[in-house]
Amino acid sequence: MEGSPATLAAPPRVGIRLPWVGAGLGRGMVTLYLSVIVLLPLAAVVAKSTEGGAGAFWDAVTGSESLAALKLTVVASLIVVAINAVFGTVIAWVMVRDEFRGKSLVNALIDLPFALPTIVAGLTLLTLYGSESPLGVNVAFTRMAVVLALAFVTLPFVARAVQPLLMEMDREMEEAATSLGASGFTVFRRIIFPNLLPGILAGVMLAFARALGEFGSLILISGNIPFKTEVSSVFIRSQIESGNVSGAAAVSVVLLAISLLMLVAVTVLGRWSRGGKGGAFSSAIDRLVGLGGPSGGP
Amino acid sequence: MTVNPPAKWGLRTLAFGYLGLLLLAPVGMIFYKTFESGIGPPVEAMTSPDAVHAIWLTLLMVAVAVPLNTVFGVGCALLLVRHRWKGNALIDAVINLPFAISPVVIGLSLFLLYGTDGWFGPTLAGWGIQVLFSTPGMILASVFVSLPFVVRETVPVLQEIGTEQEQAASTLGANAWQTFWRVTLPAIRWGVAYGVVLTTARVLGEFGAVTIVSGQISGKTETLPLFVGKAFEQFDEGAAYAGAIVLALLALTTLLLMSVGGRKTKAQTNGPIPVTGAVAVSTTKENS
Repeated sequence: MEGSPATLAAPPRVGIRLPWVGAGLGRGMVTLYLSVIVLLPLAAVVAKSTEGGAGAFWDAVTGSESLAALKLTVVASLIVVAINAVFGTVIAWVMVRDEFRGKSLVNALIDLPFALPTIVAGLTLLTLYGSESPLGVNVAFTRMAVVLALAFVTLPFVARAVQPLLMEMDREMEEAATSLGASGFTVFRRIIFPNLLPGILAGVMLAFARALGEFGSLILISGNIPFKTEVSSVFIRSQIESGNVSGAAAVSVVLLAISLLMLVAVTVLGRWSRGGKGGAFSSAIDRLVGLGGPSGGP
Repeated sequence: MTVNPPAKWGLRTLAFGYLGLLLLAPVGMIFYKTFESGIGPPVEAMTSPDAVHAIWLTLLMVAVAVPLNTVFGVGCALLLVRHRWKGNALIDAVINLPFAISPVVIGLSLFLLYGTDGWFGPTLAGWGIQVLFSTPGMILASVFVSLPFVVRETVPVLQEIGTEQEQAASTLGANAWQTFWRVTLPAIRWGVAYGVVLTTARVLGEFGAVTIVSGQISGKTETLPLFVGKAFEQFDEGAAYAGAIVLALLALTTLLLMSVGGRKTKAQTNGPIPVTGAVAVSTTKENS
């Protein structure tokens, strides 16, 4: 391209520069916007959490109610990602390898938890699994309700991360294994599962980060009972309302740290698999990070 | 692996059963509950003054946050993709931050900045500007939570289209502004549109962050999701279901646009560079 007459005729340039503003001014504006909208507010949380020193921070995080909420949040999130790791993989399998009518409709439906406002998600679950349940299943105000709501909002992650890997998979490997006498289960365990593992892991980490910070879908169905069904995000709100803002900030920083760790891990995983695997997986991960990191999904 | 029929049906049953019980049945149930006694009650619930105000305020959030984040998103994506700079990695990481943060924490962060004891609160109050518990604070929360979508959707498309057409346009005499409007923007439009859909959906449905900064004053600082939550807590189930249906219908529209948009972006990034760009170049030439 460098030798083409067109480039010789005009000064060489690398694509479009930002129109009418120089790159420097553009960078300044982007930095300013990000600072005002994102960085300054977060700095305020971190500053508030350490206001009383490390001791006060530790006390706020390890207070009995705060600790109970953190434990419930982490344990429920772990249970939910385990459930969705299994079902997400099964759903991805059915979407890629199975043929049935209305497949594209079901495929679109998987994204519903990303599109549905969280308060509506909680309300819909409550109508079916609440005190007036037509199925006779009432989980409202129990820990089961927390698991149910978190399962709803994190459903798409594993399925969407595994799908592109399944699509890209070379079926000849499986056929070779089968022709050499491997059973269906052996083929799954030795060939399919290892190939899908990066997707399952990435989906699990994103879902875990999302579950940790979930608020809207839990507020109606969990009942927010301290020491029983109160998760960390609800605890943070109750602390703000009762005026203990630095306590709320301390727990916020803990949630923030775990979620950031997950985000970094997923980015590293994406970069690592970018080498061997095709681009579809890493772009799916980019998209998932985009769609529904912890707070993602309306 | 060819799955034998029983296993195939087993997997199907598992997948459909899970999707059905967790997604489809609850959403279907809420539609049934809302229209149980006809279309009258939900319509009435949605035309009450508080409900109308909530809808209006929700639309205001969209009208401010979406254009802001779209202009920022496209500009930022251009910077990230077309201008190599050491700080790009940092900007890229900061853009993902809103995804890594619980909505309640986002609400708390704004509370700490703009509250009466906050960093900026007292100064702004001195100027007669109230941010917390009023519309500006809710707009800030909406902008925060929906910031990354347009950037995230535009960057890959921008990388994919390359710079050849833009170079052609500029050698033909188009200035940067003309090149952007006639070549770049038409080429990335589906990516941007997809980002806009996601941003809109996120702003429409935001609950956690807005709930903290709004103070939930009925008829004043209540968006539709807050209206739904409050109506339910005050045992006005009819209004809660009606509001939820409005939001659910918007979500289903989003879903439709997402599956169309996803397909278009995919077709665009995989296929040849769209012809519209080339046409635009020639028009630019004629005009200049």
